Amino acid sequence: MGSKDARRLFLILLFMPFALWIILLIALPNIGMFILSLQEKVGPRVYTYGIANYVEFVNEPIYWNTLLRTATISLLVTALTLLIGFPVAYYIAKIAKKQSKGALFLLCLIPLWVSDLVRAFGWILLLRETGVVSGALQWLGLIDQPVELLYNDVTVVIGLIYTVILFMIVPLVSTLDGMDDSLVEAGFNLGGGRATVLRRIIIPYAMPGIVAGCIVVFMLTAGSYLTPILLGGKNSMWFTEQIYDQFITRYNWESGATFGVLLLVFTSAVVWLGLRLSGQTLAGTVAKS
Amino acid sequence: MEYDLECESVSKRFGSVLAVDSVSCGIPSGSFFSILGPSGCGKTTLMRMIAGFEEPDSGDTRIEGQSVVATPPNRRNVKMVFQHLALFPMMNVGENIAYGLRCRGADKAEIARRIDDVLERINLPGVAHREIHQLSGGQKQRIAIARCMVLEPALLLLDEPLGALDLKLRESMKIELKQLQHRFGTTFVYITHDQSEALVMSDHVAVMRNGKFEQVGSPQELYRHPQTAFVAEFVGDSNQWHGRVAGRDGSEVKVEADDGPPVIGVEGGGQNLAEGAAVRVFVRPEHIRMQPLGAAAEPAPEPGRNGEQGKIDSLLFNGGNSRVLVRTASDRLIEVDLPDADSAAELREGEDVALSWPRARTMCFSSSE
Ligand SMILES: Nc1ncnc2c1ncn2[C@@H]1O[C@H](COP(=O)(O)OP(=O)(O)O)[C@@H](O)[C@H]1O
Ligand SMILES: [Mg+2]
Repeated sequence: MGSKDARRLFLILLFMPFALWIILLIALPNIGMFILSLQEKVGPRVYTYGIANYVEFVNEPIYWNTLLRTATISLLVTALTLLIGFPVAYYIAKIAKKQSKGALFLLCLIPLWVSDLVRAFGWILLLRETGVVSGALQWLGLIDQPVELLYNDVTVVIGLIYTVILFMIVPLVSTLDGMDDSLVEAGFNLGGGRATVLRRIIIPYAMPGIVAGCIVVFMLTAGSYLTPILLGGKNSMWFTEQIYDQFITRYNWESGATFGVLLLVFTSAVVWLGLRLSGQTLAGTVAKS
Repeated sequence: MEYDLECESVSKRFGSVLAVDSVSCGIPSGSFFSILGPSGCGKTTLMRMIAGFEEPDSGDTRIEGQSVVATPPNRRNVKMVFQHLALFPMMNVGENIAYGLRCRGADKAEIARRIDDVLERINLPGVAHREIHQLSGGQKQRIAIARCMVLEPALLLLDEPLGALDLKLRESMKIELKQLQHRFGTTFVYITHDQSEALVMSDHVAVMRNGKFEQVGSPQELYRHPQTAFVAEFVGDSNQWHGRVAGRDGSEVKVEADDGPPVIGVEGGGQNLAEGAAVRVFVRPEHIRMQPLGAAAEPAPEPGRNGEQGKIDSLLFNGGNSRVLVRTASDRLIEVDLPDADSAAELREGEDVALSWPRARTMCFSSSE
């Protein structure tokens, strides 16, 4: 056996776990879902292939309204996360002293140390009618009866931002960290004000990180389940809730699979549109951030 | 004389480090002024204060006669070429040059005309559409200068811009920079730790050490009449010995060297060396004359010259800058310039030679500073 063959074998072995992971956990389930979504039940245990599930989705406004609502709120969460995360990332990458950088970064990680469920419960403790915030406001005399702060869209958005902001900050810090301070100084030196330097130098430089962060945050938000359900209550109208409903409550796997495929296609389309509008490529984004 | 830049006792302290220590200077309009010093002596800090990126703890800076201490960096008529150039990687050449013009609110036609004009002047016409990463090191250099010069600043600051280039390119960029400065007629303030860059390009050089200007003068002055031991050592090459003053006769001092025969020299920098003071003696290689000793007896010492004998230890052939290392009887190594490359061929290692150099070129400085 030549060394060429040996090297090829080595490469195959090296990529085997990765390939298995892609095939078993990503490709297969999605193909399975797609096939499942094309099945129509015509009688007990009798199926034909067709697009009836998709037609049903289109014909039922509550379904596609929920999908649109989920996408809109996810976009809003993404935008707000960027708005809040960017200054934080800039501070960590460029302004904070070397010694405090690590500590600040770790601070951002803390929310990830507790599970989704516990985190959501924390919000509930704070915001429910008999919760900490309501109590504090009453004690201060700002309100005279308990307020329910849970189960509205604002709370859902805040909760989601809190959950995903780390995934915005990490890629932003890593791109901004690579930016030479002298680029910013050159921007000032050549006559630019703060706004010009931000708009023409810092943001274009950080664009790969911004895009990467936005994609991750958008996908995580659109696919999240616990936070919108627990903070938004029964009528939060989150699309993952519809999927759960179809699979578990109604035991309608075909319809659930259809919704799953639709969510994937729809969010992918939004990401593609975002990439087109910002003039970035997925490969460029991944390579630079 | 008209000054584009004046500094008046400018100081800057970082914690316990006094990075710039009460520097005063005036830089005449249209001149090429270099600040030369070892790394860490405060050059960059001084330049950043001129550009407005650091605030001086005390002192005043005037640009074209106006105090700029309270002026933010983007309103100062001073442009800077950064150590690593800081060209904007997400813009092409034209956009890099247009950036400053756009900040000023120039209109499109004007910007296009100015870009063409400045690219013409740096001998890179038609590169406006290239991306930055497509340029060579020397081209990037020139674009970084063009980006500043298109704004017609009162003063251009350059912070070791040649540091990242390879040797050959550095040599040609030295000449190029000097010519660019001539062509634009703008005052250049050039920072470097490389004395040959400073000597070749500058009208005036300030030698900086530990945050202070040690000596300011033309390159010739610094080379011929260094005022301190530091300048003598830093500017140009020298043979250097340590010794003690054994006596004096008018302007000449007799120095008892620590490891060699006594020499007679002159005091550098108008100092007054006391008898017994520890001194450092500097003699430049080109002032030493070498003669083969042959079979003849010792040559009679010439008046006004110091002399010593030795054997050729090795030849350091370097074309027109060839040197010889001579090992003296007292086991010191002395570097001697060869007048031309051909004479190197006539010399053999181990040959006995006599060295002599003028007393007036034997510079003595107190070693206590
Ligand atoms: N931002 C800073 N914070 C603390 N010390 C600094 C800072 N900038 C420079 N220094 C110190 O000031 C001194 C001069 O630095 P610098 O001006 O960069 O020297 P040079 O450019 O001549 O190499 C050095 O001792 C350096 O450590
Ligand atoms: Mg420096």
